[in-house]
Amino acid sequence: MNAETPIKTNPWLCGFAVLTAFATFLLLGLGGLVTSHEAGMSVPDWPTSYGYNMFALPIKFWKGGAFFEHTHRLLASAVGLMTTLLAAWLWRKDSRPWMRWLGVAAFLGVVAQGVLGGLRVTLHMDALGIFHGTIAQLFFALTCALALFTSRFWAGLVANPPRLRVPSSLRTLVLATTLVILGQLILGATMRHQHAGLAIPDFPLAYGSWWPETGADAVAGYNAQRVEINGENPITAFQIELQMAHRGLALVIFILVAACAGLAWRRLGGKDSLTKLALGWLALILAQVALGASTIWFNKAADVATAHVLVGALALTAGALWCIMAFRRSEPSRATQALGAFGAQPALAANK
Amino acid sequence: MRAGEIFHPGLLRIRADDRIQALFEFWNMKNLKLSAVFLWLAALAVMPVAQAADIVGVITLKGTPPAEKEITPLKEDANCGAMYPTTPTTHFYVVGAKGELADVVVSLKGVAGKSTGASAPPVVLDQKGCLYSPQILAIQTGQKLVVKNSDSCVHNVHATPTVPGNPESNQVQMSGGADLEYTFPQPEMFLRFKCDVHPWMFAWVSVMDSPYFCISDKDGKFVIKNVPPGKYTVSAAHRKLGAQTQDVEVKDADVTANFTFEVK
Repeated sequence: MNAETPIKTNPWLCGFAVLTAFATFLLLGLGGLVTSHEAGMSVPDWPTSYGYNMFALPIKFWKGGAFFEHTHRLLASAVGLMTTLLAAWLWRKDSRPWMRWLGVAAFLGVVAQGVLGGLRVTLHMDALGIFHGTIAQLFFALTCALALFTSRFWAGLVANPPRLRVPSSLRTLVLATTLVILGQLILGATMRHQHAGLAIPDFPLAYGSWWPETGADAVAGYNAQRVEINGENPITAFQIELQMAHRGLALVIFILVAACAGLAWRRLGGKDSLTKLALGWLALILAQVALGASTIWFNKAADVATAHVLVGALALTAGALWCIMAFRRSEPSRATQALGAFGAQPALAANK
Repeated sequence: MRAGEIFHPGLLRIRADDRIQALFEFWNMKNLKLSAVFLWLAALAVMPVAQAADIVGVITLKGTPPAEKEITPLKEDANCGAMYPTTPTTHFYVVGAKGELADVVVSLKGVAGKSTGASAPPVVLDQKGCLYSPQILAIQTGQKLVVKNSDSCVHNVHATPTVPGNPESNQVQMSGGADLEYTFPQPEMFLRFKCDVHPWMFAWVSVMDSPYFCISDKDGKFVIKNVPPGKYTVSAAHRKLGAQTQDVEVKDADVTANFTFEVK
């Protein structure tokens, strides 16, 4: 890939994109708290709240689970507005066609996500919560990508790509790892939206062994011993197996990310920005493993479980951004040509 | 049965005034055969009549149940916590000193389609002190369940059935708001009601397809009243411990069916 003339950046646009990404991260945290507090259905109506206009709900009702659900709705509205403004700004000021359409995609994404959240409430469908939770993580990655593409860092990467290209084996590994992380997030969202509390209450063992019994008698015994304050649904063998799969996949992800970081260090050197990102990614995974264990040790405490969700989103985003940057400075290949559109516009036309 | 009616053991219903009038008419008949009338009445009195009986029993728990947990979020809630001097606990295992187990739903299996729920009086489920009261209850299919809010705060009443045909619903109920009414057309054990504003609030409503059920009291005792003669399977179901069954035959006298659950 040839070096291109630097993109003229707009710091206000970039700043607003960063702000949108940050607000989305907060929204993700608030959404995590809603589920962690089992408060998703505490306001039964939507788009109204307790029959009031959402923005005029008296503060006396902002109590208990309704506090989390209602503030989640308000912040979601703010993120929706910010995303709309960002998309409009990109459409008017950014001449890169793919960037304009990415803004449109973000707008459609935030609208779809809002409707999905509302339908989850009005249709009483837990399964929609899984989609809502997963799309939230993908949307956060998208807002971070928008912030990256509007940044001076990206402009520099387009104008002066490092001579050291990213080998295809490494970027394929990172892409695969990122997809595995996405799969892990879907598993996690599925676990959280079972509303069954902790299917396995101990870690690193599971009911005292490395692989728990899941026969009918064993599950009945587990349920007899469970005393949950939130009076959760009884657990099932499927839910136990789901958590075991989540644990197993966590180990696989740790190995994969460690391999990515090691390979990046060896092929790109310790000072390369992608190596630093890969090391940061590994640190995130280590933190995520610790938070996952703590979620169990602290009996799924809402703040710990929500931190687990947030770090999961950061891990997905780190992988996604790594892939984007790696493809931007990858060895020539068909994939590179296909993705060469990233920043491949003439410099002066890139930003008006 | 309406007031003014007499219910005959032989299942004959005669209005009281009609009966007196009939007797006078008999008396005035020219060819009255008193002896025949008295014979008929005597025969009616001694006629063997199928009697309903009760199924009674005691439910016992063997073993030590897991300790109940303090509902700390309730105590920490500004509205709800003030109503309790100490932190309330969960009530999954209500067990007496000798293992008497309460809150077991006892019912007859295989008597589907006998629900009298449509004409049965409503059952009340109250929200009091940010807890449901009672937490375990049972109704018939088609029977009205009335949910009240006796608290000074808002609750959402979220019914989460799992049997197809029983609709899920989620309604807000303000303090002092109108009662909410529910009926469920399909039988379902431990249909969960919850409040998502106060996520520790739960009640489990078992919906039965017949009037033959009850819930064991704090002494572990239960009585299923007026069961017609026949062979039945009695089911005892605890929310945490699962269900047990026992076959019984009801004749003229009360039948005993004791159950022992074990927690390992």
